[in-house]
Amino acid sequence: MTLLTAPPPPATRDLAHLSDESLLSLVAASDDDALAELYDRFGRVAYSLALRILRDEALAQDAVQEAFLGVWRSADRFLAERAKASTWILTLVHRRAVDLVRREERRRGEPLESAPEPAAPDTTEDEATLGLQRRLVQEALSQLSPEQRQALELGYYGGLTQSELAEQLGQPLGTIKSRMFSGLSRLRDLLAEAGLEQSYP
Amino acid sequence: MNDPHSLVAPYALDALDLQEEREFEEHLATCESCRQELARLRETAASLAYAAPGPAPPLALKERILDQARADRPNLVSLPRRRSWTAPLAAAAAVAAAAAIGLGVWGATRSTSTDPFAAVLAQSGARVVPMGDRGALAVAPDGSAAIALSAPNAPAGKTYEAWVIRNGTPKRAGLLSGTSTLRIQRPVGTGAVVAVTLERTGGVDRPTTPPVAQTRALS
Repeated sequence: MTLLTAPPPPATRDLAHLSDESLLSLVAASDDDALAELYDRFGRVAYSLALRILRDEALAQDAVQEAFLGVWRSADRFLAERAKASTWILTLVHRRAVDLVRREERRRGEPLESAPEPAAPDTTEDEATLGLQRRLVQEALSQLSPEQRQALELGYYGGLTQSELAEQLGQPLGTIKSRMFSGLSRLRDLLAEAGLEQSYP
Repeated sequence: MNDPHSLVAPYALDALDLQEEREFEEHLATCESCRQELARLRETAASLAYAAPGPAPPLALKERILDQARADRPNLVSLPRRRSWTAPLAAAAAVAAAAAIGLGVWGATRSTSTDPFAAVLAQSGARVVPMGDRGALAVAPDGSAAIALSAPNAPAGKTYEAWVIRNGTPKRAGLLSGTSTLRIQRPVGTGAVVAVTLERTGGVDRPTTPPVAQTRALS
């Protein structure tokens, strides 16, 4: 019987050819090499997102660390989710960052300082794909109405709740909800037109 | 007052407060169209992450994460987190998740009475028994019981089948398609084990595959 006996791990493992979803399955089986590979794929985007929301390097690192430990601890539950692995991971990162920014702002009683927008990174060959995705999403965002874009940006990057947003913009709550919905739906169509893979037609 | 359907986009953007979020997750547990809409909007929301330019994280962060992960092997039975991230679970699985982390009374106070899991939990003295991380069993003192299964949809030609096993003898207890709830069709008493296996459509007389979910022997 060999079923219960794991083979010894090879000295080096090339996980680069595996899909994100396959890697998550390995993470669910406590494979830390697979976690490292997922970090290599998503760590940068995760950190940029957390930094944009939290505007503080130490807090952004905390958010990314907690999110990836969340991936480690709950990857088995991803298997039942109907989503791409990238969506699942980035959702964990976003939630963590939003939780932290809200907690931090409550603690300080005021919004976190706005830091200057970080400079766009050098576009090395390594980052070509990331850069392309960024341009596609930015391009699609720029085609939304200013009201839709504002609702998405303040909600997603600002960590504001819909009620805070309604108050800040002096708009009824229903208007904010509707802008978020129409903005996300339109963005989805634009990304699909631009050829960015969407798994739900 | 929020119309729950209207909360799907703010939820996808993590733009609800805790109270609204709970309300919406309860709604989500019973609304398939919101679950589908959420899956779509989540994906689009996550793509917004790519529009945030920023520096690379410090190299030490990766090592910190890996060190902590290695020091922290997950438990064999992991508990559901308070917030499910897309909450694709059926109503009872959400109840099971809440119950499994110690909020069992929630099930008894839920207003939805069509959910067999909630119905069993509403009985006096009922309790929740985990089935690994694939679901939970609610069992009442009179032996009535229900399963909340959280599992991918069974592939074509297959179904999940529940079993009540006593003294090593499995008895058929009903079929499930995936994430769903099931009233167990026979009493579940002390010493019994309840299990779920993947079988061919229509069910079989004896389990032919290893269980995807199983309780310990009930005390």
